[in-house]
Amino acid sequence: MTFGARHITVDFGGVTALHDVSLDVPAGAVTAVVGGDGAGKSTLLRCLVGRIVAQHGEVERPPKRQVGYMSSSSGTWRDLSVDENVAFVAGVYGAKPRPDLLERAGLASVGHRLAGQLSGGMRQKLGFVLAMQHNPELVVLDEPSTGVDPVSRVELWRMIAGAAAGGTAVVMSTTYLDEAERASSLLVLDAGRAVLAGPPDEVVAHTPGRIVEVGKPGDPARAWRRGRVFHEWLPDESPAGTPDLEDAIIVEMLGG
Amino acid sequence: MPPSSEGRINQTAVDLSQPAVLASAGMWAMVVKEFRELVRDRRTMAMLIALPLILLIVFGYAANFSVSSIDTEVVGPRAAQVAAQAKAPFDVQRIDPTRTRAQAVDDLRNNRVDVVIFAPEFPPRVVLIDGSSLFTAQSALGALSAGASVTMIGKTVQSRGFIAQVLFNPQLKTSWVMVPALIGLIMTFIGTIITSLGLVRERQAGTLEQLAVMPFRPSDVIIGKIAPYFLLASADMLVVTIIGCLLFGVPFAGNVVVFAVASAVFLLVVLGLGVLISTLSQNQGQAIQAAILVVLPQVLLSGMIFPLTAMPWGVRWIGYCLPLTYYINISQGVMLRDASLTSLWPSLLVVVAMACVVLGIAILRFRRDLAPNVKAVA
Repeated sequence: MTFGARHITVDFGGVTALHDVSLDVPAGAVTAVVGGDGAGKSTLLRCLVGRIVAQHGEVERPPKRQVGYMSSSSGTWRDLSVDENVAFVAGVYGAKPRPDLLERAGLASVGHRLAGQLSGGMRQKLGFVLAMQHNPELVVLDEPSTGVDPVSRVELWRMIAGAAAGGTAVVMSTTYLDEAERASSLLVLDAGRAVLAGPPDEVVAHTPGRIVEVGKPGDPARAWRRGRVFHEWLPDESPAGTPDLEDAIIVEMLGG
Repeated sequence: MPPSSEGRINQTAVDLSQPAVLASAGMWAMVVKEFRELVRDRRTMAMLIALPLILLIVFGYAANFSVSSIDTEVVGPRAAQVAAQAKAPFDVQRIDPTRTRAQAVDDLRNNRVDVVIFAPEFPPRVVLIDGSSLFTAQSALGALSAGASVTMIGKTVQSRGFIAQVLFNPQLKTSWVMVPALIGLIMTFIGTIITSLGLVRERQAGTLEQLAVMPFRPSDVIIGKIAPYFLLASADMLVVTIIGCLLFGVPFAGNVVVFAVASAVFLLVVLGLGVLISTLSQNQGQAIQAAILVVLPQVLLSGMIFPLTAMPWGVRWIGYCLPLTYYINISQGVMLRDASLTSLWPSLLVVVAMACVVLGIAILRFRRDLAPNVKAVA
């Protein structure tokens, strides 16, 4: 089963938030939506869950009862305890609370603590636990790891991958390319337009030209800093070596 | 490595000379930043500029305890003769020689008039005054006292020609009049401010979006959000009514069911206002600003503090647009005068209509927030 969006366009009072964007979200896989601030990631995810109705295009999703959603603000009720959050969401879906998810998230021992008193990483994990309470067919995560410490990010990713392994169609937005590289497929957005799409390996493999590491770039317009050195794109050279996802995206932005 | 003496001198020079300059520059930057933020916050700007003027003009006219015109009915065999002698502030609305004293008391009870003069064949004539209209009653007593050779017996005025009697609040206690009004005000406060804050908190925390994607019907969310406030405000209303009666000796002369129904409907109006405010506010600060704009006029223009009859029509009509005005009419009528449903139904009908309109608009707006049926809402 594949959910997703087909050729959707969203316009906010004359400002195009998404233009002819398509996204496939297959079951049992993690799909990443990548882009900078204002690229249209949240708008796309909000279209997927039905919060925004696109002017053009179609969205395919399961019934509301089979959709899990975690908003960018974690979607937890700060004045409720962890256990009360779980009980509320499970109650809404008519499901039994799943202590195994809390256990996996390392939140079982803080069940009595108010969500507002949790650290940012713990709150994000709680948000994911809530989104997964009813074992949905499609789970939509809006920047679940933004502002989360590296250790919690790894734990969160493990949980997300676990959900996909269990057969759930997972789509998440992220600004972290290392996360996107772990996804089964990704969609790169820039200013509301799809720039790149496909499995990360294929996206990288199809990078045109050659990328070389230089101390001083020959053409500054086609070079970018990576740590202490520069990477420079030579569009007319034949491909050599293996660029990473960041290089591939930058090349695409440069007109590759 | 220790700093050179030259370096130290330069450092000292900077420390001594720059703070004042930096402080004034920093303060100026702060002032400019504050003004920029204020100018962009239209609501606050409106409150800063328009509100003081509105408050001054509206409440300046409203703040008047002196009642210059008192609706008066003259009944009894000599009604026509007595009515002809009536002077300001008594404004004779009706003359009926056939009505009995008991019927005249009913007219007062049902708030048809504020004063009834019963004129039998032989003196003394009896002036019956509605004590639940505190300032009107005080003005009536004042006007009667201004006549010659009168005796004050408590709040009753007696002269050679007439006896004046205050009904429903014989001692003209302010608390008797205020407690029924305060019940409405407390419900307004809880219904409007607390409800709007509760709903806006959900929006601000981002959990309203979470609720919107859950398998709720919009009505489930709305009822689920409103019901606790309805129950809490109802409990508050009950407690305030009981304590008000016990502590201040305010009577509860009328029908409990009428009072309960009116309170419940009024509560729906103010809860609707709370929901409406929440749909217009992005954060709790905005909600409080809007709630103040809704609650303040109700306090000052509903007749709770200043009598509506003392206000000029230019201001009084605002009072007639406020739900608390009608609720106070009902609560004072039931508690103090044992007013019949027959006389209260117009006020009740207005409150019901307000509940339908306000709650209807609030629910529609809230539904739109939860389930967009228009394409691409911003």
